[in-house]
Amino acid sequence: MSEKVRNYLSTDSDWTFELLEVYDREIARIAKLYKLDTYPNQIEIISAEQMMDAYSSVGMPIGYNHWSYGKQFLATQKSYKRGQMGLAYEIVINSDPCIAYLMEENTMPMQALVIAHACYGHNSFFKGNYLFRTWTDASSIIDYLLFAKNYVRHCEERYGQEEVEQVLDACHALQNYGVDRYRRPKPISATDEKARQKERENILQQQVNDLWRTLPTSLKAEKNTKKRQFPSEPQENILYFLEKNAPLLAPWQRELIRIVRKISQYFYPQRQTQVMNEGWATFWHYTLLNHLYDEGKVTDGFMMEFLTSHTNVVMQPDFDSPYFSGINPYALGFNMFQDIKRICEHPTDEDREWFPDIAGSDWLETLHFAMHNFKDESFIQQFLSPKLMREFHLFSIYDDDEKNQYLIEAIHDENGYRKLREMLARQYDLSVREPNIQIWSVDLEGDRSLTLRHTMQNGTPLSADTHEVLKHLHFLWGFDIHLETFKDERMIKRQSCPQTIIEE
Amino acid sequence: MSYIIDRRLNGKNKSMVNRERFLRRYRQHIKEAVSESINRRSITDMERGEQISIPTRNTHEPSISHGSGGKQHRVFPGNKEFHAGDQLDKPQQGGGGSGSGKASKQGDGEDEFSFYITRDEFLNYLFDDLALPNMIKKTLSQSKEFKTRRAGFVSEGTPNNLSVVRSLRNAHARRIGMSVGKRRKLKELQAELAGRLSESSADNPEILALKEQIAELERRLKTIPFLDDLDLRYRSQVKVPTPSSKAVMFCIMDVSGSMTQDIKDIAKRFYILLYLFLQKNYEHIELVFIRHHTSAREVSEEDFFYSRETGGTIVSSALKLMQQIIEERYRNTDWNIYAAQASDGDNWDDDSPLCARILSDSLLSMVQYFAYIEITPNQHQALWEAYSGLSRPFSSRFAMAQIRNPGDIYPVFRELFAKDRYQEAV
Repeated sequence: MSEKVRNYLSTDSDWTFELLEVYDREIARIAKLYKLDTYPNQIEIISAEQMMDAYSSVGMPIGYNHWSYGKQFLATQKSYKRGQMGLAYEIVINSDPCIAYLMEENTMPMQALVIAHACYGHNSFFKGNYLFRTWTDASSIIDYLLFAKNYVRHCEERYGQEEVEQVLDACHALQNYGVDRYRRPKPISATDEKARQKERENILQQQVNDLWRTLPTSLKAEKNTKKRQFPSEPQENILYFLEKNAPLLAPWQRELIRIVRKISQYFYPQRQTQVMNEGWATFWHYTLLNHLYDEGKVTDGFMMEFLTSHTNVVMQPDFDSPYFSGINPYALGFNMFQDIKRICEHPTDEDREWFPDIAGSDWLETLHFAMHNFKDESFIQQFLSPKLMREFHLFSIYDDDEKNQYLIEAIHDENGYRKLREMLARQYDLSVREPNIQIWSVDLEGDRSLTLRHTMQNGTPLSADTHEVLKHLHFLWGFDIHLETFKDERMIKRQSCPQTIIEE
Repeated sequence: MSYIIDRRLNGKNKSMVNRERFLRRYRQHIKEAVSESINRRSITDMERGEQISIPTRNTHEPSISHGSGGKQHRVFPGNKEFHAGDQLDKPQQGGGGSGSGKASKQGDGEDEFSFYITRDEFLNYLFDDLALPNMIKKTLSQSKEFKTRRAGFVSEGTPNNLSVVRSLRNAHARRIGMSVGKRRKLKELQAELAGRLSESSADNPEILALKEQIAELERRLKTIPFLDDLDLRYRSQVKVPTPSSKAVMFCIMDVSGSMTQDIKDIAKRFYILLYLFLQKNYEHIELVFIRHHTSAREVSEEDFFYSRETGGTIVSSALKLMQQIIEERYRNTDWNIYAAQASDGDNWDDDSPLCARILSDSLLSMVQYFAYIEITPNQHQALWEAYSGLSRPFSSRFAMAQIRNPGDIYPVFRELFAKDRYQEAV
């Protein structure tokens, strides 16, 4: 490289508000060169205590009050004070404007890293990725959270804290089953929400009442309808089903279910794009800051500090290391995006064979294409290269609970690549990670019991928690709950709440 | 386009509400943990918070997830020597090294959810629902101790309380008020005089009369005093009754040969609790340690708990000494006097009725509260019998209880100072 023009933005490690602005402007300029399209940024400087607060409310700036957030806070506080855990440098919220929290303890290089990572990396991901575009509405979330907080408080004043807590506890237990997977929810906003909420209360109650009509129908009609099958098709959104159909709930309880459901829906894309999201943000802080360095805007010291943090973030301990705790999404994601860039720019013969479409193409366009149109599962399935599998020394084991030995079914070699990649992709598939449970039927004419069906995958049973969750479900539904576990079209277990377990 | 906002000045305790809710939800567990830790803590060790552990099964938030078992495929990084088709023995029980995300989901990593509560919270849990008897007695209405407090200005008082500024301001106002009519008159006359003087000669009788009137007015104006008794204002000091903030705690303990170190340790804990409890309610607390065998002595805390003596036991000697010390140093009007006596129950047979008499005749009327704890696994002895006659007539200020092992201390302490006992007393 030729003699660099040195024109440092700063040489000190302390940050100031002026410097933050300067760095933000520079990073924004470079981000534009790379076509990163973002929401406007709202960068907030907070203290460590405030960061702990943010942690315990799952990073949401406004949340309704609930003991479980207090539990989270105590746990965070304890491990932070003991020094077991450093706090994250930043938290970023999928909202418009995109809110990013920066810790005041960070040095200037760290703040720059965080700005590049959160405000341009994550931010552009939130704005661009199809899941986020489909399932979340960044402009309304803060309003909605405010609505939710106020509504919950209002209910507490009116119906008592314990009553509200009981409903929320039950909803939290089921929150992963409060997500629409195939229908795009309407955008939500606080004003509409408030206006519609009253109306909804009335209508909803009417519909429920209609379903549970106890007036005898005329004999003739009875003959015509055989046994009413309800719901007519299995429902996977359990919370939605309860909100609309649970016979005994008061309107405000239905509204609470809705709140938990909506928030769960909002987080649904994040649960499916961990590797991509973190990988994308990491790739961009790395690329943007290196660009800044190449322009001679930051010092060598700055880069050293930045690279130290970066290296820590993308470290992947081996499976037998004491530090191992699963595959590090930062490491996998970052390396995959780097690898895609490499495949585009300097493809090998192997790459040409595996990725004929992208080998040699424009890397920036390919990267944006990948970011826009994939989630973790499909991203890995599509883009994980043999080279990367070799670098990570990936291997796949098969664990059959009826055998005393694990089988190594694939390693990073010619015979294993495809299998390995498929297995890894499946590991990120939410529908594999979470048990498949659906609302199956309601005994409308009989005891009003609700039957759910668990379809077993790979013979994996449900965890011991399940019965506790059924109790919550029972509370919301108000009548008996049955959960039937099916394995290969055959029922092998039926558990109920109130409790009776029939095991084959 | 970015906005940079400094949020550091916003409240940092956003999570306090949620933390409170958590603590309230697990109140029972925390209380259990606190009372357990009291038995465990060393004596000097009351100035810190506590780590509270609650079994995770209680704080666990259930969710539906996969259990272990079935047929799983899992991908790991860092292969070193495996080849496809290799078989690996499974570790015995529990997944061991290959514990992936699946295993930790089961939540069997840690059995307890633990967190810290502050010292104040610790003590609050410790003293929950607790109130000392007759505390109300020393509240505002009946208190004998007063504090002076400013209460505006009054017209009577002693010179040392004179408020110069107020007095002069009053004098000024009075002078203006008293002279205003005369001055107006004076001005009119002077104007008239000036008018007349321009028209006629100076010895015109009308002018002379005017001049005389003016002189008279000026003389009268001069007689208005600069400062009058009426003007004086004094800072008012009123005496407000204040609750007594002083307490003295007598620790009386038998140190005869029959008292083992274990028994003393138990007694010690009881004293710590009493001390901490008083510390919470009084600004200033003095401790008096009286130990006795056949004769009683006032000693330092160290000697009280750790030196050994042998010999017989005469409890009344200690009570007499306490009585004497109270009369010398703690006039019971300013001091809230508490006493706790610990013993293994041994006493000279003849002495026990005397002890009861000393208590009923004089001591019990001086103290706020007298607690007797008998630390013995055995049958009650003479002293207990003698004292038990006191608990009915003096139920509001005398209590006795038996402690068998360290675990009993806290319940006994609570029982002694329990709220309902206090209510009974009222």
